[in-house]
Amino acid sequence: MNNPDEPKLRIRGLCKAFGAKSVLRGVDLDARAGESVVIIGGSGTGKSVTIKCVLGLVEPDSGSILVDGIESVGLRGAAREAVTARMGMLFQGGALFDSLSVWENVAFGLVAAGQKSRREAKPVALDTLARVGLGPEVGELMPAELSGGMQKRVALARVIAANPDIVFFDEPTTGLDPIMADVINDLIVQCVRELGATALSITHDMVSARKIADRIAMLHDGQIVWSGPVSEVDRCDNAYVDQFIHARASGPIRMAVRR
Amino acid sequence: MKALAAIGRAFLALLEGIGRLALFAALAISHILRPPFYPRVLLRQMVDIGYYSLPVVALTTLFSGMVLALQSHTGFARFSAEGAVAGVVSLAITRELAPVLAGLMVAGRVGASMAAELGTMRVTEQIDALSTLSTDPMKYLVAPRLLAGFTMLPLLVLVGDVIGIFGGYIVGIYKLDFAPAAYIDQTWRFVEIHDVTTGLVKAAAFGFLVSLMGCYHGYRSQGGAQGVGRAATDAVVSSAILILVFNYIITELFFAK
Repeated sequence: MNNPDEPKLRIRGLCKAFGAKSVLRGVDLDARAGESVVIIGGSGTGKSVTIKCVLGLVEPDSGSILVDGIESVGLRGAAREAVTARMGMLFQGGALFDSLSVWENVAFGLVAAGQKSRREAKPVALDTLARVGLGPEVGELMPAELSGGMQKRVALARVIAANPDIVFFDEPTTGLDPIMADVINDLIVQCVRELGATALSITHDMVSARKIADRIAMLHDGQIVWSGPVSEVDRCDNAYVDQFIHARASGPIRMAVRR
Repeated sequence: MKALAAIGRAFLALLEGIGRLALFAALAISHILRPPFYPRVLLRQMVDIGYYSLPVVALTTLFSGMVLALQSHTGFARFSAEGAVAGVVSLAITRELAPVLAGLMVAGRVGASMAAELGTMRVTEQIDALSTLSTDPMKYLVAPRLLAGFTMLPLLVLVGDVIGIFGGYIVGIYKLDFAPAAYIDQTWRFVEIHDVTTGLVKAAAFGFLVSLMGCYHGYRSQGGAQGVGRAATDAVVSSAILILVFNYIITELFFAK
């Protein structure tokens, strides 16, 4: 099972359509243990759907998703929970539970999985908040009282509190100012390294992608059109990647102005 | 032929909707019965539905009882049957008005807020986040709300029964010049335990329906703020209609000879 050559996460031929609209058309992607892979691509190319398929939030129409060599597509009930329990996801808007205080949000996964009681989980939650640079006084606040950047940090703390093997980041820097975005990028790199986790991120922010990625994959029109080490992204001769990283309106990628 | 096709499509969509709702309800009930349970969430919902709806239900039933006493008095005075006022007020309140009005008021207050809360959680990905944190959203969000609605509305209606009858009593004594002892005696002689229990059975059914529609529309909402607004409206309208339909069905079951 833990063959060192075997990727932590192997996606093959992943397809998903919503009604007549085909979003994923055979995505192939690997992520080795401890590797940070960033999927780049324009809006509506299927980046979020890819991650949601891996997490089991969206059922793919066809294709295979191997986690540690075990097929996860079609898993249900306890078997699905066992796979999901090893994953963590930072949602684009943070998705903090607004009826719970900050520390209860961070402790949620620990308590829900039955690892700890509420009383035991609180110090762990406060420690985890400290790891993302937030003091214990923040723990008692409600999510609505926090700024966007602080909410992202709390959401990151909630992800790492449960020590996941695989973490997903959905546009982690969207909506943040450049300085806060850089802080979040640094935190992501640091936390992923400390966890020793495999990270799969999606973003259209190239600054963020360069910072957190070991490897970059470009998704266009439901397929991976290029993938390679982050150092090669500037030297590759792929027209899609070239247009995307240089943010040019003209090129092979045609933005759907009207849908 | 086009008209027939349109009717057929609408009918199929209706059946599909009923099927989806039935599956949703069955799944939610199975989660109510299976651990893990979330007592903190349940308690919070019980307080929200039961305690915070008390003023609304109390005011509604109080004034209904008062109006009923006035109306029935003017009606019965024609036949010199004023003595029946106390009985009519208590029967109407316990069997019909308290459960139906409390159900409708709770549908407006709680059903809409459930749909809006769950709808917002859906569009801000909080429901997805629950799934990624080893928590089944149906179990954590829907099951406690259904159980709280099912258990709290009968309690509200019990309080509403007392307050409604008290409303009739106030009008009877201070406006219609009944003797207090005679009014209370009339009430006791008319009301049977059966009248109260059927009202409570209705209340339990209505509480379940209100929570079910609130959760169902909120859970499935999509499309941002507009979708959340639509979910809240749909929840209130559908639960109000279902309350009236089920009121007839339950009455038929209990009282039809």
